[in-house]
Amino acid sequence: MQIHRHHLFWPLAMLAALLLFNLIYSPDFYSVQVRGGHLYGTLIDILNFGSPLILVAIGMTLVIATGGIDLSVGSVVAISGAVACLTISRGSDQGSIGLILAAIGLSLALAVVLGLWNGMLVSTIGMQPIVATLILMVAGRGIAQLITSGQIITVTSEPYAYLGSGSLLGLPFSIFVVAALFAAAGLLTRRTALGLFIESVGRNPGASRLAGIRSRYVLIAVYLFCGLCAAIAGLILSSNVSSADGNNAGLWYELDAILAVVIGGTSLTGGRFYLTGTLIGALTIQTLTTTIYMIGVPPEITLVVKAFVVLVVCLVQSETFRKSLAHRWKTRRYPAEREVAKHA
Amino acid sequence: MSDRKEREPYLRMSGVFKHFPGVKALNGVNFRLFPGEVHALMGENGAGKSTLIKVLTGVYAIDRGEVELGGIPVSIHSPQEAQNAGISTVYQEVNLCPNLTVAENIYIGREPRRFGRILWKEMNRQAEHLLRERLQLTIDVTQPLQMYSVAVQQLVAIARALSVSAKVLILDEPTSSLDRNEVAQLFKIMRKLKEDGLAILFVTHFLDQVYDISDRITILRNGEFIGEYEAASLPRIELVSKMIGKELELQGNDPARSGRTGAPKEPLLEAVGLGRKGAIEPFDLTIGKGEVVSIAGLLGSGRTEMARLFFGADRPDQGFMRLTDGSGSVLSPRQAIDNGIAYCSENRKTEGIIDDLTVRENIVLALQATRGWVRRIPRKKQEELADHYIKALNINPPHPEHLVKNLSGGNQQKVILARWLLTQPKLLILDEPTRGIDIGAKAEILKLVLSLAEQGMSVLFVSSELEEVVRVSDRIVVLRDRKKVKEMQEDIGQQQVMQAIAGG
Repeated sequence: MQIHRHHLFWPLAMLAALLLFNLIYSPDFYSVQVRGGHLYGTLIDILNFGSPLILVAIGMTLVIATGGIDLSVGSVVAISGAVACLTISRGSDQGSIGLILAAIGLSLALAVVLGLWNGMLVSTIGMQPIVATLILMVAGRGIAQLITSGQIITVTSEPYAYLGSGSLLGLPFSIFVVAALFAAAGLLTRRTALGLFIESVGRNPGASRLAGIRSRYVLIAVYLFCGLCAAIAGLILSSNVSSADGNNAGLWYELDAILAVVIGGTSLTGGRFYLTGTLIGALTIQTLTTTIYMIGVPPEITLVVKAFVVLVVCLVQSETFRKSLAHRWKTRRYPAEREVAKHA
Repeated sequence: MSDRKEREPYLRMSGVFKHFPGVKALNGVNFRLFPGEVHALMGENGAGKSTLIKVLTGVYAIDRGEVELGGIPVSIHSPQEAQNAGISTVYQEVNLCPNLTVAENIYIGREPRRFGRILWKEMNRQAEHLLRERLQLTIDVTQPLQMYSVAVQQLVAIARALSVSAKVLILDEPTSSLDRNEVAQLFKIMRKLKEDGLAILFVTHFLDQVYDISDRITILRNGEFIGEYEAASLPRIELVSKMIGKELELQGNDPARSGRTGAPKEPLLEAVGLGRKGAIEPFDLTIGKGEVVSIAGLLGSGRTEMARLFFGADRPDQGFMRLTDGSGSVLSPRQAIDNGIAYCSENRKTEGIIDDLTVRENIVLALQATRGWVRRIPRKKQEELADHYIKALNINPPHPEHLVKNLSGGNQQKVILARWLLTQPKLLILDEPTRGIDIGAKAEILKLVLSLAEQGMSVLFVSSELEEVVRVSDRIVVLRDRKKVKEMQEDIGQQQVMQAIAGG
């Protein structure tokens, strides 16, 4: 197989291009220092701050592989942080491990309920995924604000802060959470038949039904998993700042997550999915965001610059676009070929 | 029909060619339509009926040939031009807006106006008049269309077609969703329109209806023009043989399948009064162990619908099905599979293969589904199974990791067969397993069917190729117009089957 045909070639190439850009324009980018046994540096920051996005994007990958989409992940991020912080703030001893575990357990349990809700709407009621999850996207923000009473809940809990800003073996702890979940998703889909079922249902629901796959359970499973991923991301995010903000936590995460999945090579029409591709896609987005800040793009135009780079990334990844570009290049020199190719 | 009309067709198509890449959809087709006649256009799947209609309505441009309207050569470039030329079409699915009123549906885009304002009263009055005078239908035209039955909606669609001063009315399977009384009502109106001098082109799969209403019949087959006939002087059996392309003379001495008939088979499965409204009328059928039962009939006769009921792909609304081993009911594909029933759909692309997955993944899919998601078939075992069936069924190219979309139609069909054989079914339902695949693969699949039956597997075989049906079957069930009309066990020859299909 030619190397540029591998599904990870273009995502990796894009990430490499971004890293190369930084090598030339901001040499500080690659400096990593050891301070007090911990590693510090931009690369580490990208992994640390990027971890919630990676988590959300992993869940999103499976949903998109079934031909669906989950717009509610940003709201679930906010809800899960809010529930955890509220639970901790109500506790008498905010530092107690038992309380932290209870808070995390409560968040995750609620995420399971929310995931089930999405899954039922899509599979049992047969709602279009974009509409079904739009409901929770809107309502979820309200629920999060309700939980925090519209305020920002701050907690002072060392064990909870460890989740999002602690270090293990010199690396941010969140990286280990991401690694664990990434491995779990890989095992869950590739060591069982779930991955096959997801791809089958996503690519051809009619044929899958006739082959005996109960697509309802497959759909419920992926929305549930996606909800869990978003909730874990919400915990890391709120732990990192030791507070929960119902208004802004996880805002627009769904869009970045969808983008990460698409950059990773999974098609929005469903079917084949690539978890490693998604990982690279999420890292690409985080690197891009960091790069934009580092090279000092004026804040008022950062979004425009980001959008432009994303456009380029997507175009380069698109096989159709590459082909038509190559074709134009060719026909510039041999105008007669344009006619021939039209009929081919 | 007077002689003067006979000499002057309103519409004449001669030597019309329309080729698509790889398909000769129309290959020198002639067609004449006279004012004041109902003309049935007949043909099996892929005969070119829809292409011909699309040429007439300006959807497709023809490659070669002539189209004349009222003696003047024309070329129709768009549906709008067709309408302006007096050619109106009512399609199989009523394409009106159910939420608009009846009058709005008839006059949408052409509302009577004064100074840009729509004259609602005038429009309603005209709509009422049109429906009453020409279609003998008196309904409240200010009600939304969805208030009325499909039959009335169909008539409104016809009214809309007539309101543009149509000279030619094309009715593409207008009766497929109507019941008996509604069909009678529609025919009454068609007869009246005919008397008014309208030329009606009628497409249907129901033979009885063809003879009920048509004056003339044009038959197409595989894009070829077979002939134009007076309905009254074309016997049914001849019509059928011309549609499916078998000359009667060559028939009788066709060797029917022998040697496997004889002792009655122990029953495997029994359908009692099984039926589904609008799909197939209730029928009884018993399938024996190791028996090959074929369903024969024309396109639209209910073959696929019957097969789907056996697999639970569609739910029956009458009757029941019993497996003689007393196992559970079959109301979904999954239950069918659990009961040892397998089904290869006629739509290989939409209901068969998962095109983006590999040959291996496609082959293990159904077996894996029965095992559930936790007990994954180990990769090594998957490869063994895939390799085994690639060899056994001669799947080419013999690579389990190739994407199934890159295989030819025949090989895709074999992949699906492998998927089902892997589940070791007791009953294998094959719906048009040989459609669109090359002759070599066809022969291989037929051979496989026979050897499976030898090994004790029951097969329900659906095919529009009589030759195949006769060659493999122990018993043939004949369907006509969505009804089981005959079951044949002995002296099965193509002619007898064709006779049964045509009916009397």
